[in-house]
Amino acid sequence: MTEFPHRQSAHCESGVVANMVSHGGLMMSEPMAFGLSSALTFAYMPMIKMAGMPLIAYRMPPGHIIKGVAKQLGMRWRRRTFSDADAGMAALDAELDKGRIVGLQTCVYWLPYFPEDMRFHFNAHNLVVYGRDGDDYLISDPVFEAPVRCDAASLRKARFAKGAMAAKGMMYDPEGAPREIDYAVAVPKAVRMNRRIMVGAPLPIIGVKGIRFLGRNIAKVAARPDAATKLPLYLGHIVRMQEEIGTGGAGFRFLYASFLQEAGKLLNRADLQDASGALTEAGDEWRRFALEATKMARGRSKLDVKALDAQLNKIADMELAMWQGLKGV
Amino acid sequence: MKKDEVPQDAASTYGGVRKLLYAVDDSGAYTGVKSAGWEPEAFANIQAVDELNRLRDEAWARAKAGKASPLEYHMYRRRMEPATLQAVTGFWGWRVRRHLTPEVFVRLPDRILSRYAEAMDLTVAELRALPEKPQG
Repeated sequence: MTEFPHRQSAHCESGVVANMVSHGGLMMSEPMAFGLSSALTFAYMPMIKMAGMPLIAYRMPPGHIIKGVAKQLGMRWRRRTFSDADAGMAALDAELDKGRIVGLQTCVYWLPYFPEDMRFHFNAHNLVVYGRDGDDYLISDPVFEAPVRCDAASLRKARFAKGAMAAKGMMYDPEGAPREIDYAVAVPKAVRMNRRIMVGAPLPIIGVKGIRFLGRNIAKVAARPDAATKLPLYLGHIVRMQEEIGTGGAGFRFLYASFLQEAGKLLNRADLQDASGALTEAGDEWRRFALEATKMARGRSKLDVKALDAQLNKIADMELAMWQGLKGV
Repeated sequence: MKKDEVPQDAASTYGGVRKLLYAVDDSGAYTGVKSAGWEPEAFANIQAVDELNRLRDEAWARAKAGKASPLEYHMYRRRMEPATLQAVTGFWGWRVRRHLTPEVFVRLPDRILSRYAEAMDLTVAELRALPEKPQG
C-alpha cells in the first residue's frame, strides 16, 4: 500500500491539491494552493438554486483550484471520466494496484463516513484514495482529522451520482509533479488575478459589489408577504453558505489571509502582510455578521434588516480597501 | 480571528468530528486550529436539516392519506426536492411533477420506477411502498 501523508484541511479541493502536490515532491500548504489559484471570490447567484435558495459562493467554482495550481506550476493533471461505473471502479483499482494515489470527485450524500447532518447532495467533493483493504477503500478526505474508509458500493454511488456538477467518476492524478516554483513570479500574478475577480467584475452580483447586493436582497426578502417564515430560513442559508463544511471560517477569508501572510513572509513583502491583516479584520466582521444574522433568525434579537445591510456594506468597504492596497502588486 | 477565540461549541451536527479553521496566534501568525463547532453555524445547519425533515414527514402523512405518492416521501427522505430529483434522474421537470401525483405514480411501469430507484439507492418494491413511519 502507498504511504500518503494525510493533512487535515479546511476545504476539500485546496486540501486535495496541496496534499497531492506535496506528495509529488513540492511541499505546499493548503492556503498556498488556494491563493496561487486565485480562488477567493464572492458571488450571489439567484439563478442557481440550492434546495430553493440562491447559491452564495465565497470561492471560485469547483475545479478552479485543480486547474489554477496546475497552470501556476506548469504541470498537468491526468483527468479521466467514465460513462460506465464498472469501468470507473476497475480503473481506480488498476491505479491502486500500480501503487498510485488518485484524486476523486464525489457526492457528499453517499459517503457513509460523513456525519448524518452534513450529508447533502453536493456533487463536487474531492478526496484522495491511497489504498484498498478488502471491500474498503482507504481514503484521505482532507476535511477529516484522520484517514477514513469507505465500502466499494458507497464509493461507487458517490462517484457516479447524477445531477448538477455530476462527477461522472472523475479521477485525477498529477502527470510528473514539479519540484520547484518561483514564488516571486507566481504570487503577484495570482493576487492580481484575484483582485480583478473581487473588484473588477462587471456584474453587480460578483465581488465586492456582490456583497452589497446581498445586503439589499435581505431587505427584499424581508418585504415579502411570507417573510415571517422565509426570512429566518434565508438568513440561516446565508450563514450556512459562509461557514458550512470547509470554508476555514468567514467564507474562506481566513484561508486567503493565511496565504497572503505566508507569501508575504516568503517574499519579504510588507504589502502582502498588511493585506493579510486587513482581510483578517474583514473576516472577523463576517463572523460577527453571521452571529447577528443567526440571533435574528432565531428571534433572540430584534429583526433589523437595515443593520444587516449596513454590516455587509461595512464588510464590502473593508474588502475593497484591502484590494485597493494591493493595486499594482 | 484569534486562536483562543476559535469556537469549541461541541455541535451535534459534526457527529464528533472536528474541522479545521485558520486563526492567528499571539504574534499574529496564522495557523490551523481544530474546531468542535460553532453555535450559529450549528443552528443554521440544524435549521436546514429540520426543514427537510418537516417536508419528509408532511409528505409521509399526505401519502398515508392517499393525497401524495410514496415517491414524494422517498424524495425528501433522500434529502432531495423536485429540482434535485429532476437532475439526478434526467427526467424533465413536468414529468417529475406528474410522477409525484398518486394517480400517475400507481400506473408507472418498472422501467420508469427503476430510474428513480437507482438514483435513490432503493429497490423498485421499496420505492412503491410507504414505510410504517417516516425513516431518518
